[in-house]
Amino acid sequence: MRKPKLSDEDYPTTGHEWDGIREYDKPMPRWWLWTFYATILFALVYVVFYPAIPLVNGATPGVLGWSTRADLAAEVEAVSLRNADIDQRLLDTPIGDLGADPDLTRYATAGGAAVFRTYCSQCHGAGAQGAKGYPNLQDDDWLWGGDLEAIVLTLKHGIRDDGDDDTRFSQMPAFGDILETGEIDALTQYVLSLSGQDHDADLAAAGPVLFEENCASCHGETGLGEREQGAPNLTDAIWLFGGDAETIGHTITFSRYGMMPAWNTRISEAQIKQVAFYVHQLGGGE
Amino acid sequence: MTDQITEPPRLFEAREPVFPQRISGWYRRLKWRIMLGTLAIYYLTPWIRWDRGANLPDQAVLIDLAHARFYFFWIEIWPHEFYVVAGLLIMAGLGLFLFTAALGRVWCGYACPQTVWTDLFILVERWVEGDRNARIRLLRSPWTLRTARLRATKWTLWLLIALATGGAWVFYFADAPTLLADLVTFRAPFVAYATIGVLTATTFVFGGFLREQVCTYMCPWPRIQAAMMDEDSLTVAYRDWRGEPRGKKHENTSGDCIDCMACVNVCPQGIDIRDGQQVECITCALCIDACDTMMEKIGKPRGLIDYVALSDEPLERAGHPPRSIWSHVLRLRNFIYFGLWTGIGAMLVVALFIRSDFSLAVTPDRNPQFVKLSDGTIRNAYTLKINNQTGFARDFHISIKTDEPLRVDLEGTAELNVTVPPDGVLNTRVYIFAKPEFEANRAETTPVRFWVEERAEAGARTHADTVFTGDTQ
Repeated sequence: MRKPKLSDEDYPTTGHEWDGIREYDKPMPRWWLWTFYATILFALVYVVFYPAIPLVNGATPGVLGWSTRADLAAEVEAVSLRNADIDQRLLDTPIGDLGADPDLTRYATAGGAAVFRTYCSQCHGAGAQGAKGYPNLQDDDWLWGGDLEAIVLTLKHGIRDDGDDDTRFSQMPAFGDILETGEIDALTQYVLSLSGQDHDADLAAAGPVLFEENCASCHGETGLGEREQGAPNLTDAIWLFGGDAETIGHTITFSRYGMMPAWNTRISEAQIKQVAFYVHQLGGGE
Repeated sequence: MTDQITEPPRLFEAREPVFPQRISGWYRRLKWRIMLGTLAIYYLTPWIRWDRGANLPDQAVLIDLAHARFYFFWIEIWPHEFYVVAGLLIMAGLGLFLFTAALGRVWCGYACPQTVWTDLFILVERWVEGDRNARIRLLRSPWTLRTARLRATKWTLWLLIALATGGAWVFYFADAPTLLADLVTFRAPFVAYATIGVLTATTFVFGGFLREQVCTYMCPWPRIQAAMMDEDSLTVAYRDWRGEPRGKKHENTSGDCIDCMACVNVCPQGIDIRDGQQVECITCALCIDACDTMMEKIGKPRGLIDYVALSDEPLERAGHPPRSIWSHVLRLRNFIYFGLWTGIGAMLVVALFIRSDFSLAVTPDRNPQFVKLSDGTIRNAYTLKINNQTGFARDFHISIKTDEPLRVDLEGTAELNVTVPPDGVLNTRVYIFAKPEFEANRAETTPVRFWVEERAEAGARTHADTVFTGDTQ
């Protein structure tokens, strides 16, 4: 027998009514109630097994001991395990031969980019474009050499890093203490002429002799620079601190130099290789 | 009239079991055919093979998530062409609007997977346990060995269907024969088993036990459809002006309805269509078959329960014949839906036909925008992405078109030829150099057009526009 059904008119309503449309107060299906209990049960089980209740210095750990940190550590572990083979190949391959192997090229470039963004971009810029006083690594002008071996050497031991015995030092004297103001002006105009910029020819006339006496030992007689000393080429279009008369005069008077830390104690051999390869392939490598 | 309720309504109530009775008729036959067709499409499609050459999968319909490819017979869709899928979804939506406006809940009644699988499960149930009365008896009687055997048989059959349903789903996402072999040898990925498990469970529960409750409590579509329908939409209805007052034949009532309950007994939703349109009704039309059968038996005209448009009710009450079905279907609203639907369909077809099987995208380096070299030359770097949407490797030549003869090279080599792997993307960096004597060296930007040309004879080509950034300092 069917249960006698209430007609729609007699069915109880919630009392809500909009434009003559009434809302029935019909019972919910019972299984719905069960799903509600099931969610409560789920919550209880969850509290037991997973971190849940906040405490002063953390939360209840749950019997599984699960944490996102541990997940991350496991993922990192898995990645390094997966990369173990290619890491070994990277270490075994001389850096000059990396380019011949497409897998290693890709691995070194991508890994080097990550290393560069983490450790190098603070000074050299995210795109390796450098900044005033920090060399641009994309161009074809290198203070200490731009082939792969030279870049690796610079990375390992840094430049002017007191903490590394094999670092390379050089320092330009502050010529404000040595030369007269007029002499510095003359040198400035002469240096401008070296790179073909507009200059005062009368002032520059006294330049060659001063340059020969004070600058040529590092920058070379023609101003082409000297990589053994990290002395910049003064005849090209690239300037570390700026190439206008005022900046050049300031540099001669007070001297300037930068410092790069040695990385062999901070990042792995493989990472140095990767980042050297990455920097080399940015467009300026020799 | 019923008694007034004195106690407050209960908050929860057990489901009232529904035992749809077997019925035959025009709509039942139509539904069998649709069930056969839709199930066949669902179960068999992944097994259709389609030869695409050595480098591409030979499954006609394949959603390759790992490689971000969608294959549909001769069409291959890459992620950047996802607008095609979006268009298909919009068409599906408009199609539902169109069908709902014209034919009411025809989707619910005939084609919805919930309806089709429930129908199939009820078929199994009826085959194992007997028709309506037998099933009611079985439920009412205490459990015996026979009950247990029948239940076990039914649930096993349901479970097998559910397993096949969940199993068929995963074949759309991997090469079906390979995956089947992996599945039975327990070498398939965990996600495949998990997907099958979840879909098997939902099919089993939704088709076997929840049935009409999915439509009534879970599905949002009945509510939306109520807004899509109007008084010209054809829907299953009871002609109460003809049927009432109802009563047994000997009760000497004037209405055609003999209150035989046939329409209620066949209803898979457990409702009485004579109460009028209601949200539970999926318009499966089985009550039409039931009532027509009964009307023929008692020698009354068919159509006491029928597809009716509400706007015809006053006409029929006044004794006039209803307007023709076509006058309801062919109305402005449906033409607009149909126009939008075909318009988007036509656009998609055109888009598919005119799309190129390779493409070029150029991204200029923006950090830094340019690099000054020691001789004053300005260098810009660009990342070129060349898509090859065919199943074979192709050779392309890269060139640039600029007002001045700027030098271009490909990461240090002047050789500007590249090979793009089959069904792949080539990423390559290209440099353009502007010597100090060129205007581009100092101009803020100079337009550059990259050309990529197929090196084979009668090669196709495509281009992308970008700019060269100079040093204005």
